[in-house]
Amino acid sequence: MENKLDGNAAAGVLQEIFPFEMTLVQATCTGCGTTKVIGALAVYMHGMGTIVRCPTCDTVLIRVAQTKGRNFLDMRGVRVLQISAGE
Amino acid sequence: MGRLNWQFGEVVATQTETSRTKSIQLSVPNWVGHRPGQHVDVRLTAEDGYQAERSYSIASPPEEQPHVTLTIERLDDGEVSPYLVDELRVGDKLELRGPIGGYFVWEASMDGPLLLVAGGSGIVPLMAMIRHRAVVGSTVATHLLYSSRSFEEVIYRDELDRLVKSTTHLEVVYTFTREQPPGWTGYHRRIDTEMLREVAWSPDQRPLMFICGPTPFVETASASLVTLGDDPARIKTERFGPTGEA
Repeated sequence: MENKLDGNAAAGVLQEIFPFEMTLVQATCTGCGTTKVIGALAVYMHGMGTIVRCPTCDTVLIRVAQTKGRNFLDMRGVRVLQISAGE
Repeated sequence: MGRLNWQFGEVVATQTETSRTKSIQLSVPNWVGHRPGQHVDVRLTAEDGYQAERSYSIASPPEEQPHVTLTIERLDDGEVSPYLVDELRVGDKLELRGPIGGYFVWEASMDGPLLLVAGGSGIVPLMAMIRHRAVVGSTVATHLLYSSRSFEEVIYRDELDRLVKSTTHLEVVYTFTREQPPGWTGYHRRIDTEMLREVAWSPDQRPLMFICGPTPFVETASASLVTLGDDPARIKTERFGPTGEA
């Protein structure tokens, strides 16, 4: 089963890996070049993990899979992450 | 701000809100404080080590610290919510991490006017905003459009009635999509562009808009607001999985 959710839904998983408030971090899509905060991206939760997609062109920006204490992070769809000081 | 860690909170109170929803007040010793609209992840661990994790919105305002209240809807085929709603008792410990998410957040300092659009239990994070607004004495003009299947399924009904009377510039509009109370003259259909045209602020008032509910509900509401001329950058959405229509 696949639910379309918002970037918010991936926040916990991402903040387990990154020491930032990740929904406010800006990501640039390699597919179409759109830059949005991660909170405004589309998220799909599967049994196997979390997929973050560009709401404009549907490119997969981030994939996170978790198995027994290990995170697998695939960020090939992100051209640039912009992280502000304080986040 | 750093990486999130799991911690335990203790249930200090529970309150039945509707036949399917319950509020759970937790005392979390190392709670760093939250912002209205944020959520927590809750993790249950079975005896065999199997773990299930779900996200739940925080219903309480930051000012209720060190307590944090979640309002949880029981999904009959859920792995986590039936336990939280039916089994959890005062004194039990619950594993959680948070607060999470700085995007779907409104604080009185962010001004308005404010449009809140709730579908079913999507009211929960919006209630944290409404409660925060009331506690700090904000007079930011606020319209809440709240879609429920029936009058009985409205969460926080009495409190919303009280807040409308006791605070200024708060207006609550209901729509009941399945069943209406006798004599009901308000909306009795799913939200649509026409309804939002009547309830929402005019785009030139530059409102901040927050929509929370099941995915189809959120898509309809956000597309309608864009159709009406609202700035997509001022519309923030929080979708949740299929929990029945609102």
